[in-house]
Amino acid sequence: MKSRLATIAAAAVATALAAATAYAETQLTVYTAVEAVDLDRYKATFEKANPDIKINWVRDSTGVMTAKLLAEKDNPQADVVWGIAATSLLLLKGEAMLEPYAPAGVEKLDKRFVDTSTPPSWTGMDAYVAAICFNTVEAQKLGIPAPKSWKDLTKPEYKGHVVMPNPNSSGTGFLDVSAWLQMFGEKDAWAFMDGLHQNIAAYTHSGSKPCKMAAAGETVIGVSFEFPGAKAKTAGAPIEIIFPSEGSGWEAEATAIIAGTANLDAAKKLVDFSVSKEANEMYNVGYAVIAYPGIAKPVENLPANVADHMIKNDFEWAATNRKAILTEWAKRYDAKSEPKT
Amino acid sequence: MSAAPLALPTGPALRPQVAGDDIVKRGLMIVIMLYLLVTLAAPLYVLLSKSVSVYRFDLATFEIQRSDATGQNFSAPKTVAQLNAETGAIAPDQLEAGSDGRLSLTSLFKDFNFRSPVKYRLRGMDASASFLIGSELHRGPDWVELDSNMFRRVALRPATTTGLDNFITYFSTPSLTRAIWNSAIIGIITTGLVIVIAFGLAYAFNRSRMRGKGFFRLVTAIPILVPSLLPGIALVYLFGNQGLLKDVLMGHSIYGPIGIVIGSVFFTLPHALMIISTALATADARHYEAATSLGATKWRTFWTVTVPGARYGIISAAFVVFTLVVTDFGLPKVIGGQYNMLAVDIYKQVIGQQNFEMGAVVSVLLLVPAVAAFLVDRAVQSRQVSLLSARSVPYAPKPKTAFDWACFAYCTLVAIFILAMIGVCQLAASVKFWPYDLTPTLRNFRFDLMDGGGWAAYYNSITMALLTAIFGTGIVFVGAYMVEKSDGFHIGRALFHFLAMLPMAVPGMVLGLGYIFFFNNPANPLHAIYGTMAILVVCTISHFYTVSHLTALTALKQMDREFEAVAASLKQPFHRLFFRVTIPVCLPAVLDIAIYMFVNAMTTVSALVFLYSTQTQLASVAVLNMDDAGDIAPAAAMGMMIFYTNVAARLVHMVIARRLLARTQAWRYA
Repeated sequence: MKSRLATIAAAAVATALAAATAYAETQLTVYTAVEAVDLDRYKATFEKANPDIKINWVRDSTGVMTAKLLAEKDNPQADVVWGIAATSLLLLKGEAMLEPYAPAGVEKLDKRFVDTSTPPSWTGMDAYVAAICFNTVEAQKLGIPAPKSWKDLTKPEYKGHVVMPNPNSSGTGFLDVSAWLQMFGEKDAWAFMDGLHQNIAAYTHSGSKPCKMAAAGETVIGVSFEFPGAKAKTAGAPIEIIFPSEGSGWEAEATAIIAGTANLDAAKKLVDFSVSKEANEMYNVGYAVIAYPGIAKPVENLPANVADHMIKNDFEWAATNRKAILTEWAKRYDAKSEPKT
Repeated sequence: MSAAPLALPTGPALRPQVAGDDIVKRGLMIVIMLYLLVTLAAPLYVLLSKSVSVYRFDLATFEIQRSDATGQNFSAPKTVAQLNAETGAIAPDQLEAGSDGRLSLTSLFKDFNFRSPVKYRLRGMDASASFLIGSELHRGPDWVELDSNMFRRVALRPATTTGLDNFITYFSTPSLTRAIWNSAIIGIITTGLVIVIAFGLAYAFNRSRMRGKGFFRLVTAIPILVPSLLPGIALVYLFGNQGLLKDVLMGHSIYGPIGIVIGSVFFTLPHALMIISTALATADARHYEAATSLGATKWRTFWTVTVPGARYGIISAAFVVFTLVVTDFGLPKVIGGQYNMLAVDIYKQVIGQQNFEMGAVVSVLLLVPAVAAFLVDRAVQSRQVSLLSARSVPYAPKPKTAFDWACFAYCTLVAIFILAMIGVCQLAASVKFWPYDLTPTLRNFRFDLMDGGGWAAYYNSITMALLTAIFGTGIVFVGAYMVEKSDGFHIGRALFHFLAMLPMAVPGMVLGLGYIFFFNNPANPLHAIYGTMAILVVCTISHFYTVSHLTALTALKQMDREFEAVAASLKQPFHRLFFRVTIPVCLPAVLDIAIYMFVNAMTTVSALVFLYSTQTQLASVAVLNMDDAGDIAPAAAMGMMIFYTNVAARLVHMVIARRLLARTQAWRYA
């Protein structure tokens, strides 16, 4: 009885598989951390240009997707990642999980958005840039001025009014910390963070949350990036998006083919599309900084020159020193984070 | 089975019939035990074994040659270990690494300058030794020649061995070990509070004649119907910096231990109440009569009769609450601020740093209280004597006006607390932009515009919960029956009991990650279910096995084992007894298990966050993701949708139960 059931089940599965492969359309499993609102648009635009390929999204936050990809290392489920932080893709590259491929037209992209190897293992789409979200209504109530620089955040008047992502749980948090280390130099950067820690009300687990907290008045200053700030402002939040004078760390969202994919040709088509001018115009709807130079239009509620605030970010240095930085950070600030009761 | 009577042509065929039944019962029990092994023990083992997999830089497996200043004439190869022995540039503690560890080599050469024309050659001594140049992975014994500038970008990769190093690292890192104390303190405080509050409620429900018992029973069951994230969100709205009642905290922040304790009390209360209420429901009036006639004061009677009678219930409730608090991660993640808890540390290690090994170490630590709970529970069970004997007189409370009104006031306070938490979520979910624009809107319910999968996720959750309820109830009840109503085979039954108790101890996240490693292994014949609805259902059934199993056991224990003997003597196979008698009699418990599975499948997050795929996104995960992204109002809205669905499920459950029970349980009241 058991074995007969098993045979029937096996036959059913086999038929289903055969039916799936006989179907002309190629299905691509694409892992992404892109905002949910954008997914349908990206999918529709791509599928219109490539009617024989269908995208199946798997979406979660960058941290969850990275953990999932690494956990699936021995049997990858994804064909392509489209819209995951370049820092995460560097981790995957270090595990030889990415298929190097130079998409058609990659030479047109800004060099900062392309992996340094030839052929590149990943190609960038757009960037998110570190910024401060500042709630003007709450600030007025408390009578505190808007900060102009990162260093301003250590001033005593901001005590208990700053929220930033915890670099040990959020990629954005790490981005901030590694940018400060690159900008200020090791010694000054840690001194700055010591000062900042005195003013921090909470370290969050998500990178966009500080900005949403500032938007909701839960805090006055959220150390975050520009994109959720612009979105919240459009939704009616009383916030200013401040780019600190010293410059901002940034992270590229990028595309890569997962090594060993059964659908390599379709995957290549997707990556080709992801670097095209058309795709970059599509990214530009939400992101002010895109990989394709010269075509970016300003985004609502963001200045036109966001790209000018970006520092020279050394992803490789950050990846190599990540563990040491995180350990030092945890030693200084996690151990000190006693309950404030 | 059919051959047996032939072997005994004369006399009654009683014995072979029983033996045949026993074989079938044991067979079924083994099948379900295998199910538990595959869906619970094996994934756990795979994950926990990661806690002893250690990444270290093995310097002896790399060789370097260095040229002179002209870029020619390479020196004789030396291993990195030899070079390090000469210079001591790499300290021993730098050799410890995580899975993404990277070790730069430039410090081995004091005069290293990336502008110098000196060249380097590097190779691994065996096929497993690997290193990065830039971010490119190289492996194996072929020499790679590099100029100084490229050599700067070389980083060795660690090799895997087994050992206890991860535990040593853990215990020598104060920022990590602090979480143990934090979790223990929060667990103990919450447990103390919950036991007192729940005991008060249970006492009012069972020992008073106050009004509105039915209403209070319903309200106090509410927290079980919502994801544990929801009280976190409610607390932000109530006591956050823009909170309605912010001043009540007198300047203390809700983000931190205060928030975690209040939220934990909220979501664990129904669990404790259920257990303690059961313990207080049965009491022998003769004990109270004896106490009165001996002239004991009410206070003394309370401490010498009531509390001891309920002590086993209180102990079990305490362990259940403690385990729930320390293994939950949704709540402390939302409201915990920087107050580290063990369950959140797993999240930080795994999601924040992709450090599966350290996550596994924390998981092992979290298993400790649960294993302790299991042992204590066993010890307590063996000492439990029946409170009710055939001569018992059920205790019936008499009306006492002052006491009844005090109970009523107390229950009202608790009910207000619970309803306020739910109410504020509904309120915030129905306005435009809290607190700046309070125009009523349904915008927050337009989930298709948010992260998390939209309305499809909601319908997926309902499908998943229904499947979990149907299959889960079947598996759990059959398993419990086979364990309870079969004879002998003590080792097997003890093992089964242990497996069934294990899930309570396992944080969902640990289970979820274990599932990835176990089921996504191409060598696993079951890997086809990875990424499907099936794996979500299987995982949820295993995750909530314990309480369902205990419920089934309790119901089955109430049925005298003589039923089996009678059926056997009537030559009835056990399955006829099972379907004709056991199931109808135990129907209330079966329905309870089904609703328990449904409700938990709707609200659970932690295990499934790693397992859902595009086609199988879930509402509860959507709550987490929306809150994570800072879209708190839509998160509250989705949480409320889960709540209303569970309320509806409860109502359906009630109607079905009434109808079926009227038919099958009439004997109880005849």
